[in-house]
Amino acid sequence: METSAVHHGSMFDTNELVLNMGPQHPSTHGVLRVVLRLDGEKVVDCDVVIGYLHRGIEKLSENRNWTQIVLLTDRMDYVAAATSNVGYCETVEKLMQLEVPRRARYIRTILMELQRIASHCLWVGTHAMDIGAMTVFLYAFRERELILDLFEEFCGARLTYNSMRIGGLPQDIPPGWAKKVLEFCDIMSHKIDEYEELLTHNRIWLERTKGIGVISGADAIGLGLCGPALRGSGVARDVRKDEPYAAYDEMEFDVPVGTAGDTYDRYLVRMEEFRQSLRIIRQATEGIPEGPIVGKVPRLIKPAAGETYHPIESPKGELGYFIVSDGKSTNPYRFRVRPPSFCNLQGLRRLVKGHLVADVVALIGSIDIVLGEVDR
Amino acid sequence: MAQAIAFYVIAACILGFGVLVISTKDTVHSVLFLVLDFLFVAALYVLLGAQFLAAIQVLVYAGGIVVLYLFVVMLVNLKRPPEAHSDPHRRTKLGFGLAAAVLVELGAIAAYGYARPATAFAMPAAAAMPVSGNTEQVGWLLYTSYLIPFEIASMLLLVAMIGAIVLAKREL
Amino acid sequence: MIDELLIPLLKIVIVLNATLVAVTYMVLLERKVIAWAQSRLGPMRVGPYGVLQPIADAIKLMIKEDITPVRADRWVFTAAPIISMVPALIVYAVIPFGPTIHLFGRSVSLYITDINVGLLYIVSVASVGVYGIILAGYASNSKYPLLASLRASAQLISYEVAVTLTLVSVILMAGSLSMVEIVNAQYNQHVWFVFAQPMAFVIVLIGGLAETNRAPFDLPEAEQELTGGFHTEYSGMRFALFFLAEYANMIVVSSVVVTLFFAGWLPPFPNTPALHVLYYVPSWAWFLIKSFVFLYLFIWIRATLPRYRYDQLMNIGWKVLIPLAIVNLVITGIVKVALI
Repeated sequence: METSAVHHGSMFDTNELVLNMGPQHPSTHGVLRVVLRLDGEKVVDCDVVIGYLHRGIEKLSENRNWTQIVLLTDRMDYVAAATSNVGYCETVEKLMQLEVPRRARYIRTILMELQRIASHCLWVGTHAMDIGAMTVFLYAFRERELILDLFEEFCGARLTYNSMRIGGLPQDIPPGWAKKVLEFCDIMSHKIDEYEELLTHNRIWLERTKGIGVISGADAIGLGLCGPALRGSGVARDVRKDEPYAAYDEMEFDVPVGTAGDTYDRYLVRMEEFRQSLRIIRQATEGIPEGPIVGKVPRLIKPAAGETYHPIESPKGELGYFIVSDGKSTNPYRFRVRPPSFCNLQGLRRLVKGHLVADVVALIGSIDIVLGEVDR
Repeated sequence: MAQAIAFYVIAACILGFGVLVISTKDTVHSVLFLVLDFLFVAALYVLLGAQFLAAIQVLVYAGGIVVLYLFVVMLVNLKRPPEAHSDPHRRTKLGFGLAAAVLVELGAIAAYGYARPATAFAMPAAAAMPVSGNTEQVGWLLYTSYLIPFEIASMLLLVAMIGAIVLAKREL
Repeated sequence: MIDELLIPLLKIVIVLNATLVAVTYMVLLERKVIAWAQSRLGPMRVGPYGVLQPIADAIKLMIKEDITPVRADRWVFTAAPIISMVPALIVYAVIPFGPTIHLFGRSVSLYITDINVGLLYIVSVASVGVYGIILAGYASNSKYPLLASLRASAQLISYEVAVTLTLVSVILMAGSLSMVEIVNAQYNQHVWFVFAQPMAFVIVLIGGLAETNRAPFDLPEAEQELTGGFHTEYSGMRFALFFLAEYANMIVVSSVVVTLFFAGWLPPFPNTPALHVLYYVPSWAWFLIKSFVFLYLFIWIRATLPRYRYDQLMNIGWKVLIPLAIVNLVITGIVKVALI
């Protein structure tokens, strides 16, 4: 749809109004532009315009060697950077058929689940703030700070970690870190109860989220949704269970699945994922095996010619990497990311149809997108 | 003495704003002058000792009815640019003629009333009402002597409201 | 001469000044309370514990450039914030801060005036305040602020109906429209009206939140993110006037709720001789304490609750509150007649 001029129809006839949201907008979680076509108050159609954060990560990767690309993956989903790191490293390990030692796999799992909690903290804070409950935002970020402190101790950075290497980890966890993680888990379970107290049975929250943005399981699969957006509609698909990676095959956890497919169910799914992540972190931290943190990795990483696709479950959904190596150079031939936010964002158009303008903001928050991932 | 001064000042304001209502070119300004008019009429009621009526005048007229006028004027104003507001087809002569006719009629009524004062509709004496106080007296009258007109008026308003809803809704 | 002119003038000066200072410091109070609710500290730098923050804000707003949109209606544009602010201030003429006390040898009533239609005066003046919002949106000469202002004013008018209907049941209980009489009636009937009319209290509280555009009913304000609220084109002191008017309205609603339902200046259990020691706290202090509790409640609600969508908001006003108000009125009428 070309960017048409705003059509100033007369007030009393039923011409459609075109309303532009963004790219600078407090509620679109980044530089997202949504062009809405309204009939009075109802949204008839919407056009999502992306690309404002495109930095050419995939093309840049073709000129970086395999170890350097780990930095670039941080900057895609910057809210859960360690997950993107692990996804990439595991894809290359799959391509090169490297064995990652068990200790490294456990630590990777702990870091990824901590990222899941951090990402969901940000999600619940911004989603609640868009709907008007400002206090939850501050509470969620308070807990996110605790996680960022843990990461800072581990790898020195708070947002873009560069915390994985092909074959394992760059360094071991510092002494006392495991104990801090367990303390954090205890604090966090109380805090999750706090968020739920403020939101889950709040009448206003229910009115703003129940029945908003309903999508059936079949439609969700057809649109290519993934992650909590898909699980909220009743489809029990979680890469951690279906195609286990890292140490997930040794962990016991449940995958929450919703029923109604509306915003409220997606909210409940993510709240339950908080608790399941805590469960995984506790199991992993208490059971960390001793051992090396890096496998047998050749000095110069040069995978043989071939291609592979490896998905992982990031907090936003199924994050997949497709890498092609031509076997000759130290750079990948093609580096392609399947970002969950990009695929979920395509569902926005279907979700907003028939809703009011005030719901659009709630729906964008409900899908949980990060523009860094969408645009790369 | 002070009452007389106050009356003349308020009356002058009312008439002045009234003239401004019809003479100003901008419709929204015209409605705003009408609000001011109503507020001054309320002041006149206070001067007459009818405080309840004054408050109701502000609440209902200035605060309700004219707000609706304003809504309509503003929504309609969006259709036309401000330059199109002066009406080239104003029938000034016809307007003056009609105003003169109304003036003659009012004068005739006043003269008739002066010549034959109406005693049949005398106000029930204040002593006949068992309540005192402005609001109470109005309430007493409304619910005893003027009960039927009161009920008819409320039915009329209800019908108007339902009619407006039926006309405005697209699907019921 | 002194009694008729100077003393009321003095009272007006005191009340106006106190109100304006209170309104300015409401800004600080809100920021602090919301911050504490969110495990932050709020303004801390300007003055000890941020106490001088409102003064800094006032200075900043006053020296800002005064921008008027090019094709906006100059008179209306300037008048709108004033029309918003003035009704909020003149309501104080009838709010009783205390009874008639003896001060410096004369009996001084702790209210500017007591008219026999006090409550009606408050309601009618509040309804004139709507014009500020409508005219602000109109004067901005742009479609979206106008529509936003029409929605905001529609919200105000709807909840005004519910609140006014509810106030009639309070009037039935007290037997008078005069504010002082209502407080006295609570003394004579030995009951705070909040216990005699709990539903009315709840309706007036919710209606008060909606009338002052406070959370959870502040979508017309928050929607400035999307379509432009009614004060988009305002900057500097005019913008400040709108928000001060909102806080002034909040204080008015608190005062009215306290007077109507919580016996204004009377201490708790005013008729129990055993608790007569409570009378040592001055009457106006009781009034201020109770008002403050409600102001705190309003801010607390804003920090906690999400906000309603506009259609849900209007639903509540028309389909829930007005029927409840009518039912309350009918029940009050029946009980009152039955008890006579």
